[in-house]
Amino acid sequence: MKFNGYKRQDGHVGVRNHVVVMPGVLCSEVATKKIVDKVEGLTYIYNPNGCVQNHKDTAVTLDILSGMIANGNVYGALIVGLGCETTQKNDYINAIKAKTNKPIFYISIQEEGGIQKTVEAGVKIVESMKKEANKCVREEIDLSELILGLECGGSDSTSGFSANTVLGNTSDRIIDFGGTTVLSETSEAIGAEHILRFRGKTPEIGQRIYEAILKWEKDRYEESGEDVRTNNPTPGNKEGGLTTLSEKSLGCIHKSGTRPFDGLYEYGQIIDKKGLFFLNATAYDVANVTALAASGAQIVAFTTGRGNPVGNPIVPVVKITGNHETFARLNDFIDIDTSDSITGVKSFEEIGGELLDYVISVCNGETVKAEDNGASEVAINQNSSFV
Amino acid sequence: MINSFIVHPNDTVAVVNKSISKGENVTYIFGDKEITIKAMDDIPTYHKIAIKVVKKNNDVLKYGEVIGYATADIELGAHVHTKNLSDVVRMEEV
Repeated sequence: MKFNGYKRQDGHVGVRNHVVVMPGVLCSEVATKKIVDKVEGLTYIYNPNGCVQNHKDTAVTLDILSGMIANGNVYGALIVGLGCETTQKNDYINAIKAKTNKPIFYISIQEEGGIQKTVEAGVKIVESMKKEANKCVREEIDLSELILGLECGGSDSTSGFSANTVLGNTSDRIIDFGGTTVLSETSEAIGAEHILRFRGKTPEIGQRIYEAILKWEKDRYEESGEDVRTNNPTPGNKEGGLTTLSEKSLGCIHKSGTRPFDGLYEYGQIIDKKGLFFLNATAYDVANVTALAASGAQIVAFTTGRGNPVGNPIVPVVKITGNHETFARLNDFIDIDTSDSITGVKSFEEIGGELLDYVISVCNGETVKAEDNGASEVAINQNSSFV
Repeated sequence: MINSFIVHPNDTVAVVNKSISKGENVTYIFGDKEITIKAMDDIPTYHKIAIKVVKKNNDVLKYGEVIGYATADIELGAHVHTKNLSDVVRMEEV
């Protein structure tokens, strides 16, 4: 199976062709946004960090932001710094160059001599980058080059037995074509770790995933003194019929279908092999979509029973619901309704095939509603508050 | 009329696919049989109804897996939710 995407000189493959502009620190956002406003068709990545973080958080932030810029959906990027912040020009350049050789530019407000001069310099850079990016043409690419992120958020009871089951079937199909899918949201595997333990391609892989989930639960308890099960499921999950975290997790893992796991990646690592993987990262919707994009997923399939409109600046986020009422009521941000699998009108396998066809059309350039709505949130896990 | 379903044959709960009023019949298919029970509570759409009696502290099953333990005796036809089901680790176990 094939799709039409962009082949990058670093070997990655994209389904979008973003020219990114990102502040190097939130302090320089004002100049960054003015550049985005002046030139049509740029992509803004929100960066809430860049300064007064501890070393560990600075490193995590760099892992995630450089991963997003290295994503195959990005042609190139301009970073607009302030000048005096913790994360300096070379920190960004080195982190990004370690992952990709695509065009990267950096300017700063203090060096350029003010907002206006920074905007002028930035506009010149992005106009020329945009011109080059527009020369990229879509080429036929094998489905084995696709990395699909699997995400659920705002779940209700239908997510587990409809939308996630359908998505699991789509995931199986992609794996069978030699492609890659990524299950994540470690805290929403709590209560289902005993099942994933036996889903590894080797006993060691299963054990690694199992231990990562147990450790996640223990670490959260030690950090906060709270059992994660007391704040997850959320009030909306409960109203939608989910009572316990175990029940939610047992539904969540259906997104990964039935194929064996080929390995585990840690938060911020780039996925550099093919197959089904577990990405050890938070279940917070925005941060998890960000994590999947930073690990190289070119598209994210996001199931939602209650209805969540979140998107991502560089990755199309396909919204899928098993709740027909949600699909009808919140239709301006949900793409796919799988409720026919509950009523028996269609089998979940049949809808899984249709969902794959839709994913391919999105790879080929069809925009999802999150893109049409301009939903482009970014969140990055931090261990500490600003120091 | 079939208005609920079970996810796995071992489950102690079924899921209703329309909102059910207390006293209403709830029917699901088990194997090749239709089974009807009476709802003991109002049950919102896609919430769980007990199809087996579960005594306090015993496991509640959905997907054929443990989704928690009964925090109170659960009678046949009860709405199974936060008032009688939890998976929060109990202090005496810690």
